[in-house]
Amino acid sequence: MTEIIVVTSGKGGVGKTTTSASISCGLARRGKKVAVIDFDIGLRNLDLIMGCERRVVYDFVNVIQGDCTLKQALIKDKRIETLYVLAASQTRDKDALSSEGVRRVLDELTAEGFDYVICDSPAGIEKGAHLAMYFADRAVVVVNPEVSSVRDSDRILGLLASKTQRAEKGNGGVKEHLLLTRYSPKRVATGEMMSVTDVKDILGLDVIGVVPESTDVLSASNAGVPVILNEESDASRAYDDAVARLLGESLPMRFVEEPKKGFFARMFGG
Amino acid sequence: MGLLALFRRTPPTANVAKERLRIIVAQERSARGGPDYLPLLRRELLEVIKKYVNVDPEAVQVNLEREDGHEVLELSVALPGGKRL
Ligand SMILES: Nc1ncnc2c1ncn2[C@@H]1O[C@H](COP(=O)(O)OP(=O)(O)OP(=O)(O)O)[C@@H](O)[C@H]1O
Ligand SMILES: [Mg+2]
Repeated sequence: MTEIIVVTSGKGGVGKTTTSASISCGLARRGKKVAVIDFDIGLRNLDLIMGCERRVVYDFVNVIQGDCTLKQALIKDKRIETLYVLAASQTRDKDALSSEGVRRVLDELTAEGFDYVICDSPAGIEKGAHLAMYFADRAVVVVNPEVSSVRDSDRILGLLASKTQRAEKGNGGVKEHLLLTRYSPKRVATGEMMSVTDVKDILGLDVIGVVPESTDVLSASNAGVPVILNEESDASRAYDDAVARLLGESLPMRFVEEPKKGFFARMFGG
Repeated sequence: MGLLALFRRTPPTANVAKERLRIIVAQERSARGGPDYLPLLRRELLEVIKKYVNVDPEAVQVNLEREDGHEVLELSVALPGGKRL
Protein backbone atom coordinates (compact mmCIF):
# COMPACT_ATOMS: atom_id res chain seq x y z
CA MET A 1 0.00 0.00 0.00
CA THR A 2 1.21 3.47 -0.83
CA GLU A 3 0.71 6.08 1.84
CA ILE A 4 0.40 9.68 0.74
CA ILE A 5 1.58 12.22 3.30
CA VAL A 6 1.13 15.95 2.85
CA VAL A 7 3.46 18.34 4.65
CA THR A 8 1.49 21.54 5.04
CA SER A 9 1.10 24.62 7.26
CA GLY A 10 -0.91 27.51 5.88
CA LYS A 11 1.68 30.07 6.89
CA GLY A 12 4.77 30.42 4.73
CA GLY A 13 8.35 29.88 5.72
CA VAL A 14 7.69 27.70 8.77
CA GLY A 15 9.77 24.71 7.63
CA LYS A 16 7.63 22.57 5.29
CA THR A 17 10.34 22.00 2.69
CA THR A 18 12.99 21.37 5.35
CA THR A 19 10.62 18.85 6.94
CA SER A 20 9.61 17.18 3.65
CA ALA A 21 13.25 16.67 2.73
CA SER A 22 14.23 15.22 6.09
CA ILE A 23 11.20 13.00 6.49
CA SER A 24 11.66 11.58 2.98
CA CYS A 25 15.31 10.81 3.65
CA GLY A 26 14.46 9.33 7.03
CA LEU A 27 11.84 7.00 5.61
CA ALA A 28 13.99 5.99 2.64
CA ARG A 29 16.97 5.29 4.81
CA ARG A 30 14.82 2.85 6.75
CA GLY A 31 14.36 0.95 3.52
CA LYS A 32 11.08 2.46 2.35
CA LYS A 33 10.62 3.40 -1.29
CA VAL A 34 9.86 7.11 -1.20
CA ALA A 35 8.97 9.84 -3.70
CA VAL A 36 8.95 13.45 -2.56
CA ILE A 37 7.01 15.91 -4.71
CA ASP A 38 7.37 19.69 -4.76
CA PHE A 39 3.88 21.18 -5.16
CA ASP A 40 5.14 24.75 -4.99
CA ILE A 41 4.55 25.55 -8.67
CA GLY A 42 6.52 28.59 -9.78
CA LEU A 43 8.75 28.50 -6.70
CA ARG A 44 10.80 25.34 -7.04
CA ASN A 45 12.95 24.86 -3.92
CA LEU A 46 12.85 21.28 -2.77
CA ASP A 47 15.46 20.38 -5.42
CA LEU A 48 17.93 22.78 -3.77
CA ILE A 49 17.30 21.45 -0.28
CA MET A 50 17.70 17.90 -1.58
CA GLY A 51 20.83 18.91 -3.51
CA CYS A 52 19.63 17.75 -6.94
CA GLU A 53 18.92 21.12 -8.58
CA ARG A 54 21.30 20.57 -11.47
CA ARG A 55 19.76 17.24 -12.33
CA VAL A 56 16.25 18.56 -12.99
CA VAL A 57 15.36 17.94 -16.63
CA TYR A 58 11.64 17.39 -16.44
CA ASP A 59 9.24 18.49 -13.71
CA PHE A 60 5.85 17.69 -12.21
CA VAL A 61 3.93 19.79 -14.75
CA ASN A 62 5.81 18.17 -17.66
CA VAL A 63 4.58 14.79 -16.44
CA ILE A 64 1.01 16.02 -16.07
CA GLN A 65 1.03 17.59 -19.52
CA GLY A 66 2.48 14.45 -21.09
CA ASP A 67 5.79 16.03 -22.17
CA CYS A 68 7.64 13.12 -20.59
CA THR A 69 7.04 9.95 -18.63
CA LEU A 70 7.01 9.88 -14.84
CA LYS A 71 10.15 7.73 -14.91
CA GLN A 72 12.00 10.42 -16.87
CA ALA A 73 11.03 13.11 -14.38
CA LEU A 74 11.81 11.25 -11.16
CA ILE A 75 15.30 12.17 -9.94
CA LYS A 76 16.98 9.32 -8.12
CA ASP A 77 18.81 10.44 -5.00
CA LYS A 78 22.56 9.81 -5.06
CA ARG A 79 22.81 9.03 -1.34
CA ILE A 80 19.82 6.84 -0.64
CA GLU A 81 18.94 4.03 -3.00
CA THR A 82 15.15 4.14 -2.61
CA LEU A 83 14.56 7.90 -2.69
CA TYR A 84 13.22 9.91 -5.64
CA VAL A 85 12.47 13.61 -6.11
CA LEU A 86 9.87 15.15 -8.42
CA ALA A 87 10.65 18.83 -8.92
CA ALA A 88 8.10 21.63 -9.19
CA SER A 89 7.74 23.46 -12.42
CA GLN A 90 8.99 27.03 -12.77
CA THR A 91 5.98 28.05 -14.83
CA ARG A 92 4.04 31.08 -13.76
CA ASP A 93 0.80 29.39 -14.77
CA LYS A 94 -0.78 28.40 -11.46
CA ASP A 95 -3.38 26.33 -13.32
CA ALA A 96 -0.74 24.01 -14.69
CA LEU A 97 -1.62 21.53 -11.95
CA SER A 98 -4.95 19.81 -12.37
CA SER A 99 -6.65 17.53 -9.95
CA GLU A 100 -6.90 14.85 -12.65
CA GLY A 101 -3.21 15.19 -13.45
CA VAL A 102 -2.16 14.93 -9.83
CA ARG A 103 -4.34 11.87 -9.39
CA ARG A 104 -2.72 10.19 -12.42
CA VAL A 105 0.80 10.79 -11.08
CA LEU A 106 -0.12 9.48 -7.62
CA ASP A 107 -1.80 6.42 -9.15
CA GLU A 108 1.30 5.69 -11.19
CA LEU A 109 3.55 6.00 -8.13
CA THR A 110 1.22 3.59 -6.36
CA ALA A 111 1.45 1.16 -9.26
CA GLU A 112 5.24 1.47 -9.19
CA GLY A 113 5.23 0.16 -5.63
CA PHE A 114 6.25 3.28 -3.74
CA ASP A 115 5.68 2.94 0.01
CA TYR A 116 5.41 6.67 0.66
CA VAL A 117 4.71 9.77 -1.37
CA ILE A 118 5.56 12.98 0.49
CA CYS A 119 3.81 16.08 -0.86
CA ASP A 120 5.61 19.33 -0.01
CA SER A 121 2.79 21.87 0.00
CA PRO A 122 3.14 25.53 -0.92
CA ALA A 123 2.11 28.10 1.68
CA GLY A 124 -1.39 29.55 1.66
CA ILE A 125 -4.76 27.95 1.07
CA GLU A 126 -4.94 28.36 -2.70
CA LYS A 127 -4.99 25.75 -5.43
CA GLY A 128 -1.46 24.38 -4.93
CA ALA A 129 -1.99 23.82 -1.22
CA HIS A 130 -5.40 22.34 -1.92
CA LEU A 131 -4.06 19.85 -4.48
CA ALA A 132 -1.14 18.90 -2.25
CA MET A 133 -3.54 17.82 0.50
CA TYR A 134 -6.47 16.55 -1.56
CA PHE A 135 -5.34 12.93 -2.02
CA ALA A 136 -3.48 12.60 1.29
CA ASP A 137 -3.92 9.75 3.74
CA ARG A 138 -1.98 11.59 6.41
CA ALA A 139 -0.94 15.15 7.09
CA VAL A 140 2.05 16.53 8.90
CA VAL A 141 1.08 20.06 9.90
CA VAL A 142 4.25 22.06 10.44
CA VAL A 143 3.91 24.77 13.03
CA ASN A 144 6.18 27.30 14.76
CA PRO A 145 5.38 28.22 18.37
CA GLU A 146 4.14 31.62 17.32
CA VAL A 147 0.61 33.06 17.09
CA SER A 148 0.13 33.44 13.34
CA SER A 149 1.57 30.04 12.58
CA VAL A 150 -0.69 28.33 15.13
CA ARG A 151 -3.79 30.10 13.89
CA ASP A 152 -2.99 29.26 10.27
CA SER A 153 -2.46 25.60 11.13
CA ASP A 154 -5.91 25.53 12.57
CA ARG A 155 -7.30 26.81 9.28
CA ILE A 156 -5.39 24.07 7.50
CA LEU A 157 -6.82 21.50 9.92
CA GLY A 158 -10.27 22.76 8.97
CA LEU A 159 -9.50 22.25 5.28
CA LEU A 160 -8.02 18.80 5.89
CA ALA A 161 -11.27 17.86 7.59
CA SER A 162 -13.47 19.08 4.74
CA LYS A 163 -11.67 19.62 1.43
CA THR A 164 -9.88 16.32 0.95
CA GLN A 165 -10.86 13.15 -0.84
CA ARG A 166 -10.89 11.23 2.42
CA ALA A 167 -13.15 13.80 4.05
CA GLU A 168 -15.52 13.84 1.08
CA LYS A 169 -15.75 10.07 0.91
CA GLY A 170 -16.21 9.90 4.64
CA ASN A 171 -13.74 7.05 5.04
CA GLY A 172 -12.14 8.12 8.27
CA GLY A 173 -10.66 11.39 7.06
CA VAL A 174 -7.00 12.34 6.87
CA LYS A 175 -4.88 11.35 9.85
CA GLU A 176 -3.34 14.55 11.21
CA HIS A 177 -0.10 15.10 13.11
CA LEU A 178 1.57 18.22 14.40
CA LEU A 179 5.25 18.85 13.92
CA LEU A 180 6.61 21.74 15.95
CA THR A 181 9.73 23.26 14.58
CA ARG A 182 12.11 26.16 15.33
CA TYR A 183 11.47 25.33 18.97
CA SER A 184 13.64 27.04 21.53
CA PRO A 185 13.53 25.30 24.93
CA LYS A 186 15.44 28.20 26.40
CA ARG A 187 12.83 30.75 25.38
CA VAL A 188 10.07 28.42 26.52
CA ALA A 189 11.75 28.19 29.93
CA THR A 190 11.77 31.98 30.27
CA GLY A 191 8.12 32.21 29.25
CA GLU A 192 8.83 34.01 26.00
CA MET A 193 7.72 31.19 23.74
CA MET A 194 4.71 28.90 23.83
CA SER A 195 5.52 25.35 24.87
CA VAL A 196 4.73 22.07 23.11
CA THR A 197 1.90 21.54 25.58
CA ASP A 198 0.46 24.99 24.90
CA VAL A 199 0.34 24.40 21.16
CA LYS A 200 -0.95 20.88 21.57
CA ASP A 201 -3.73 22.10 23.88
CA ILE A 202 -4.80 24.87 21.53
CA LEU A 203 -4.93 22.68 18.46
CA GLY A 204 -5.95 19.45 20.17
CA LEU A 205 -3.71 17.23 18.10
CA ASP A 206 -1.01 14.70 18.72
CA VAL A 207 2.59 15.86 18.23
CA ILE A 208 4.76 13.71 15.98
CA GLY A 209 7.94 15.68 16.55
CA VAL A 210 9.57 18.73 18.02
CA VAL A 211 12.52 20.08 16.06
CA PRO A 212 14.70 22.62 17.83
CA GLU A 213 15.80 25.91 16.30
CA SER A 214 19.17 25.00 14.89
CA THR A 215 21.93 26.67 12.91
CA ASP A 216 22.52 23.29 11.27
CA VAL A 217 19.40 23.80 9.15
CA LEU A 218 20.98 26.70 7.28
CA SER A 219 24.24 24.84 6.72
CA ALA A 220 22.24 21.85 5.52
CA SER A 221 20.41 23.90 2.93
CA ASN A 222 23.64 25.64 1.94
CA ALA A 223 25.13 22.24 1.22
CA GLY A 224 22.04 20.63 -0.32
CA VAL A 225 22.13 17.86 2.26
CA PRO A 226 18.87 17.45 4.22
CA VAL A 227 19.57 18.18 7.88
CA ILE A 228 18.52 14.67 8.98
CA LEU A 229 21.67 13.37 7.29
CA ASN A 230 23.88 15.44 9.61
CA GLU A 231 24.18 12.92 12.41
CA GLU A 232 25.84 15.46 14.70
CA SER A 233 22.80 17.68 14.78
CA ASP A 234 19.95 17.72 17.30
CA ALA A 235 17.63 18.67 14.44
CA SER A 236 18.66 15.44 12.73
CA ARG A 237 17.88 13.36 15.80
CA ALA A 238 14.55 15.13 16.24
CA TYR A 239 13.56 14.47 12.63
CA ASP A 240 14.63 10.86 12.89
CA ASP A 241 12.43 10.44 15.98
CA ALA A 242 9.53 11.96 14.06
CA VAL A 243 10.07 9.45 11.25
CA ALA A 244 10.09 6.59 13.75
CA ARG A 245 6.82 7.86 15.21
CA LEU A 246 5.31 8.09 11.73
CA LEU A 247 6.18 4.43 11.40
CA GLY A 248 4.34 3.67 14.62
CA GLU A 249 7.10 3.66 17.21
CA SER A 250 6.48 5.48 20.44
CA LEU A 251 9.44 7.45 21.69
CA PRO A 252 9.85 10.07 24.39
CA MET A 253 10.18 13.65 23.12
CA ARG A 254 13.78 14.91 23.12
CA PHE A 255 15.13 18.46 22.89
CA VAL A 256 12.08 20.00 24.53
CA GLU A 257 13.92 20.99 27.68
CA GLU A 258 16.88 23.24 28.12
CA PRO A 259 20.01 21.24 28.91
CA LYS A 260 21.05 21.69 32.54
CA LYS A 261 23.94 24.09 32.82
CA GLY A 262 26.65 24.34 35.42
CA PHE A 263 26.87 27.24 37.88
CA PHE A 264 29.37 29.18 35.84
CA ALA A 265 27.39 28.98 32.61
CA ARG A 266 24.23 29.96 34.45
CA MET A 267 25.79 33.07 35.95
CA PHE A 268 27.43 34.31 32.83
CA GLY A 269 25.00 33.13 30.17
CA GLY A 270 25.96 31.49 26.96
CA MET B 1 19.79 32.64 31.81
CA GLY B 2 22.88 34.66 32.60
CA LEU B 3 23.28 37.86 34.62
CA LEU B 4 23.32 39.93 31.48
CA ALA B 5 20.05 38.43 30.34
CA LEU B 6 18.49 39.45 33.66
CA PHE B 7 19.02 43.09 32.86
CA ARG B 8 17.65 43.14 29.35
CA ARG B 9 14.85 40.77 30.07
CA THR B 10 11.70 41.06 27.97
CA PRO B 11 8.45 40.32 29.80
CA PRO B 12 7.32 36.73 29.24
CA THR B 13 4.45 36.79 26.76
CA ALA B 14 3.87 33.12 25.95
CA ASN B 15 0.85 33.00 28.25
CA VAL B 16 -0.71 35.97 26.51
CA ALA B 17 -0.21 34.27 23.16
CA LYS B 18 -1.76 31.08 24.42
CA GLU B 19 -4.82 32.79 25.82
CA ARG B 20 -5.42 34.87 22.69
CA LEU B 21 -5.08 31.80 20.49
CA ARG B 22 -7.38 29.73 22.65
CA ILE B 23 -10.15 32.26 22.13
CA ILE B 24 -9.66 33.05 18.45
CA VAL B 25 -9.23 29.40 17.47
CA ALA B 26 -12.41 28.41 19.31
CA GLN B 27 -14.26 31.24 17.62
CA GLU B 28 -12.99 30.39 14.15
CA ARG B 29 -13.76 26.72 14.65
CA SER B 30 -17.32 27.48 15.60
CA ALA B 31 -17.78 29.63 12.47
CA ARG B 32 -16.25 26.96 10.25
CA GLY B 33 -18.75 25.16 8.07
CA GLY B 34 -21.39 27.51 9.39
CA PRO B 35 -23.33 29.96 7.24
CA ASP B 36 -21.28 32.57 5.36
CA TYR B 37 -23.43 35.39 6.69
CA LEU B 38 -21.99 35.21 10.21
CA PRO B 39 -19.30 37.89 9.73
CA LEU B 40 -21.80 40.20 8.02
CA LEU B 41 -24.36 39.55 10.73
CA ARG B 42 -21.77 40.47 13.32
CA ARG B 43 -20.87 43.70 11.51
CA GLU B 44 -24.50 44.77 11.14
CA LEU B 45 -25.28 43.93 14.77
CA LEU B 46 -22.35 46.04 15.80
CA GLU B 47 -23.69 48.97 13.76
CA VAL B 48 -27.11 48.69 15.38
CA ILE B 49 -25.74 48.41 18.90
CA LYS B 50 -23.47 51.38 18.32
CA LYS B 51 -26.54 53.55 17.76
CA TYR B 52 -27.36 53.06 21.42
CA VAL B 53 -24.14 52.40 23.25
CA ASN B 54 -20.56 52.95 22.30
CA VAL B 55 -19.15 49.43 22.29
CA ASP B 56 -15.88 48.08 21.07
CA PRO B 57 -15.93 45.61 18.10
CA GLU B 58 -14.42 43.06 20.43
CA ALA B 59 -17.48 43.35 22.68
CA VAL B 60 -19.78 41.73 20.15
CA GLN B 61 -19.30 38.00 19.71
CA VAL B 62 -21.32 35.73 17.49
CA ASN B 63 -20.90 32.03 18.04
CA LEU B 64 -22.53 29.08 16.40
CA GLU B 65 -22.91 26.14 18.73
CA ARG B 66 -23.88 22.73 17.47
CA GLU B 67 -25.73 20.63 19.98
CA ASP B 68 -27.06 17.21 19.05
CA GLY B 69 -28.84 17.91 15.81
CA HIS B 70 -29.63 21.58 16.17
CA GLU B 71 -27.66 24.77 15.92
CA VAL B 72 -27.74 27.61 18.38
CA LEU B 73 -26.65 31.09 17.41
CA GLU B 74 -25.17 32.65 20.50
CA LEU B 75 -24.85 36.43 20.63
CA SER B 76 -22.92 38.08 23.36
CA VAL B 77 -22.54 41.82 23.87
CA ALA B 78 -20.32 43.15 26.58
CA LEU B 79 -21.39 46.63 27.66
CA PRO B 80 -18.82 49.26 28.63
CA GLY B 81 -19.78 49.36 32.30
CA GLY B 82 -19.14 45.65 32.62
CA LYS B 83 -22.88 44.92 32.35
CA ARG B 84 -24.08 42.37 29.81
CA LEU B 85 -26.96 42.89 27.40
N1 LIG C 1 14.67 23.99 12.85
C1 LIG C 1 15.08 25.11 12.21
N2 LIG C 1 16.02 25.91 12.77
C2 LIG C 1 16.45 27.02 12.12
N3 LIG C 1 15.99 27.43 10.94
C3 LIG C 1 15.05 26.69 10.33
C4 LIG C 1 14.53 25.50 10.92
N4 LIG C 1 13.61 24.96 10.09
C5 LIG C 1 13.54 25.79 9.02
N5 LIG C 1 14.40 26.83 9.15
C6 LIG C 1 14.62 27.93 8.20
O1 LIG C 1 13.39 28.55 7.90
C7 LIG C 1 13.34 28.96 6.55
C8 LIG C 1 12.10 28.41 5.88
O2 LIG C 1 12.19 26.99 5.80
P1 LIG C 1 11.46 26.18 4.64
O3 LIG C 1 11.87 26.65 3.30
O4 LIG C 1 11.61 24.74 4.95
O5 LIG C 1 9.96 26.64 4.93
P2 LIG C 1 8.67 26.41 4.03
O6 LIG C 1 7.54 26.26 4.98
O7 LIG C 1 8.90 25.32 3.05
O8 LIG C 1 8.56 27.80 3.25
P3 LIG C 1 7.55 28.15 2.05
O9 LIG C 1 6.22 28.40 2.71
O10 LIG C 1 8.13 29.36 1.43
O11 LIG C 1 7.52 26.96 1.15
C9 LIG C 1 14.61 28.51 5.92
O12 LIG C 1 15.51 29.58 5.88
C10 LIG C 1 15.13 27.43 6.84
O13 LIG C 1 16.53 27.35 6.82
MG1 LIG D 1 8.60 25.28 0.91
